[in-house]
Amino acid sequence: MSRTFLGMPATAPRGVGHLRGDEPFPAAARRALADPQLRRNLGHATTTIRARSGAVIRELPDWEQLRAAGSAIKADVLARLPELLEQLEAAVTAAGGTVHWAADAVEANRIVTDLVAATGSDRVMKVKSMATQEIGLNEALAAAGITAVETDLAELIVQLGEDRPSHILVPAIHRNRAEIREIFLRAMPGVDPALTDEPAALAAAARRYLRQTFLTTPVAVSGANFAVAETGTIAVVESEGNGRMCLTLPETLITVMGVEKVVPTWRDLEVFLQLLPRASTGERMNPYTSMWTGVTPGDGPRAFHLVLLDNGRSAVLADRVGRQALHCIRCSACLNVCPVYERTGGHAYGSVYPGPIGAVLSPQLTGVEDNASLPYASSLCGACYDACPVKINIPELLVHLRAAHVAARRRPTAESVAMAAAAYAMDHPAWYAAVQRAARLTRLAGRRGRGLPPPLSGWTIGRDLPEPPAQSFRDWWARR
Amino acid sequence: MRVALMVTCLADTLFPAAATATVRLLERLGHEVVFPAKQTCCGQMHVNTGYLADALPLVRRHVRTFDPYDVVVAPSGSCVGSVRHQHAMVARRAGDERLASRAESVARRTHELSEFLVDVLGVTDVGAYYPHRVTYHPTCHSLRMLRVGDRPLRLLRQVRGLDLVELPQAEQCCGFGGTFAVKNADTSTAMLADKLRHVLATGAEVCTAGDSSCLMHIGGGLSRLRAGVRTVHLAEILAATEETGAAADPTRTAARA
Repeated sequence: MSRTFLGMPATAPRGVGHLRGDEPFPAAARRALADPQLRRNLGHATTTIRARSGAVIRELPDWEQLRAAGSAIKADVLARLPELLEQLEAAVTAAGGTVHWAADAVEANRIVTDLVAATGSDRVMKVKSMATQEIGLNEALAAAGITAVETDLAELIVQLGEDRPSHILVPAIHRNRAEIREIFLRAMPGVDPALTDEPAALAAAARRYLRQTFLTTPVAVSGANFAVAETGTIAVVESEGNGRMCLTLPETLITVMGVEKVVPTWRDLEVFLQLLPRASTGERMNPYTSMWTGVTPGDGPRAFHLVLLDNGRSAVLADRVGRQALHCIRCSACLNVCPVYERTGGHAYGSVYPGPIGAVLSPQLTGVEDNASLPYASSLCGACYDACPVKINIPELLVHLRAAHVAARRRPTAESVAMAAAAYAMDHPAWYAAVQRAARLTRLAGRRGRGLPPPLSGWTIGRDLPEPPAQSFRDWWARR
Repeated sequence: MRVALMVTCLADTLFPAAATATVRLLERLGHEVVFPAKQTCCGQMHVNTGYLADALPLVRRHVRTFDPYDVVVAPSGSCVGSVRHQHAMVARRAGDERLASRAESVARRTHELSEFLVDVLGVTDVGAYYPHRVTYHPTCHSLRMLRVGDRPLRLLRQVRGLDLVELPQAEQCCGFGGTFAVKNADTSTAMLADKLRHVLATGAEVCTAGDSSCLMHIGGGLSRLRAGVRTVHLAEILAATEETGAAADPTRTAARA
C-alpha cells in the first residue's frame, strides 16, 4: 500500500489522557525532592532492581548481540509499519477477532466504551497497561458509568490510593509497605482491619479482593507487549497471574495496543522474551507469558477486540531521528538507572511515561512545545542508553528535542540572546579573551557568587563559584 | 611527538591549573606541546542546550584550528566526547557534509588525556608523586561516551605516595550536566548531595576526575559545606613530582579553598 505524505501527522490531542503535566518539570521536581519518604522509597527500590537486573544481564554472554537484534527488529518494524499492521489485522480477523483503528485517545476511549456498553456490563477488569493509562481509559469508562478494576497489585494500590502511577513497571514504586497497608485499610472493600504490613499479608489481601472480581466480571481490558503480524497472536507478559485470569476468564476481551508493538514473526519474540525480563524485573524468564490468537471456541473469551492506537505515534514515526523512541518495549530499565528519576520519582514528569524514555517519548507524542521542559530533565549522563535493551540513544534524542524546542521558539529569550552572544565571542578570539578577563570580575558577584542574578543563582543554591584564577591559560602560555 | 593541546574553554578561563599541568606532564614525558591560539570552545554547551545553529561556527572553528595537527589532546572527557560524538552531527544537520567528514577526521586524532597516556604513549607510570589520600570520580562522558574504563585508575595506582580509595556508587552522575545545573538546579543539587556524601565517606582529602566541569560542580558543593576536601584535576596529580610539590600552579597566586 502506498500513501501520499500530506504533512505532519497529528499529535496526541489535548484534554484527554495523561501525557501532559500541570506544571514544568523543574517545579514539579522541586516539590518531589522535598519529600524524604519518597526519596528513600525510590532510592531503595531502584537500587534493588538495578542490582538484580545487572546480575542476570551479566550472566548472558550474548547480551550485546541480543540488544542489537532487538534494535534491528524494531527498526525494521518502523520501516514498514503500515504493511505489518494490515497483515496483523488480516490474521486477527481470520482467527475470529475484530480489529479497530483508533487515530487518537478520544477515538480509542469511545471504541472501548461502546464495546463494553454493548456487553451490558457496568464493570471491567484490567490488566496493567500503559496504553490505557496514556489515553485515560478508566476516566472515560467512569464517565459512561462503567467501573474499571485494576488487577495488577501495584496498579491496584495506585487506584485505591486515588494516586497516579509513577513508574512504567512498578506504578506504586513511590510507596512503601506501611503506606500500602494504610491505603488498603482505607479503601479496600472488606479488608481485614488487623492487616499487617508484611508483604505476604498485603498480597493476600489484594488476592482475596481481586478473586471476586475475576470470577464475576464478564469483560476485561488489556494492553499488549507484542503482536505477531504473521499469525495475529497477541502476547502479554506479567508477573502476578492476574493477567492470565483477565485474559482467559471473561466472555469479552478488549486489547488496546500502540501500533508500534507489532513484530513481524513469531521468531522475533525469542529476542524480546530474553531481553524484557532481564532488563525490567531482573528475572531470567518472565513468570506469566500469555499468548492468544483470535478466539477459540470453548476456550477463553468468546469475543476478542483489538484496538490499534496511534495517538501521536505516526508523528513520532515521521521524525527519522526521533522515531527510535518507538523501539521502547516498556521495560523501565532506563528509569531504574536514571539519577534524575531516582530522586524526583515519576510524577514530576507529568506524563504516564516518566524517566528518560518519558522525557523523549511524551514530548514527541504531544508535540515538543506541550512538554517543553522534559527534554531538559536530564544531565545527559548516558546511563539510560547503556541500560536500554533495544539501544534507544536517549541522550541523542534529548539533544534532538532540545534543538526542536529552540527552533520552535519565535521570539528571542534571555537564554537565546546569551547563547548567541557566547557563540559570537567564542568565534572571535579577541572578544573571547576580553570575556575571559571579565570573568575574573565574578569576584564582584559577591562572596563565592552568592550575589548572582537568576537563572545563574540556580548554581549558588547549593554550590560555590570557583575563585577566578589570576590569569587564564592562554595568558600564561603567551608569557611563558 | 608533537601534541596540540585542546585546552577547553573552561580550563582556559577558570581552571588553568589543569591545562598547565597537562603541558608540564607531556613535556616531562618528552613530547612537544603546541597551543593553537585560535581555539576557543568546542560548542558542547550550545549543542546540549539545543542551540545547534549557534554551535556550527564553533565546530567550524575547532575543525579549522586542529585539522593541521596529527595528535590533539584535551584534559576533558566531556569535550573530547563532544568532538567525537557531536561535531559531525552538527555539521550534517546544517547540510555541510565536507565539514562533517573533516570533523570526523579531527575526532579520530583527538584523545582524552588518560586515553592518550595509556593507549597512545603506552605508559601508566608517569613518574608522579602525590602524597595524599585521593578518591576518583569517573565522569559520565569519559565513562559512557569515551569508555576510558579504568585507564585513569591505572595511572593513579602508579603515583608514588598516593593513597587511592574507592568511591562508593562512583558511576552515578554528580548532577552537573552543563545548563542542567541551573535549569534544574534543585534536581542537580540533590544528585550532588549524594555524590558529596559518598566522597566524604571515603575520608579522602582530594577528589579527582578527568573533567574540570564536574570538578567545578563537586568542588563547589564541597566548598559550600566547608568540607575540607579539595577537587584536583587528574592532570595536576599526574604532573606533580617530588621536585614541584603539589602546589605548582603558575596561574594561581592564592591557594584554592
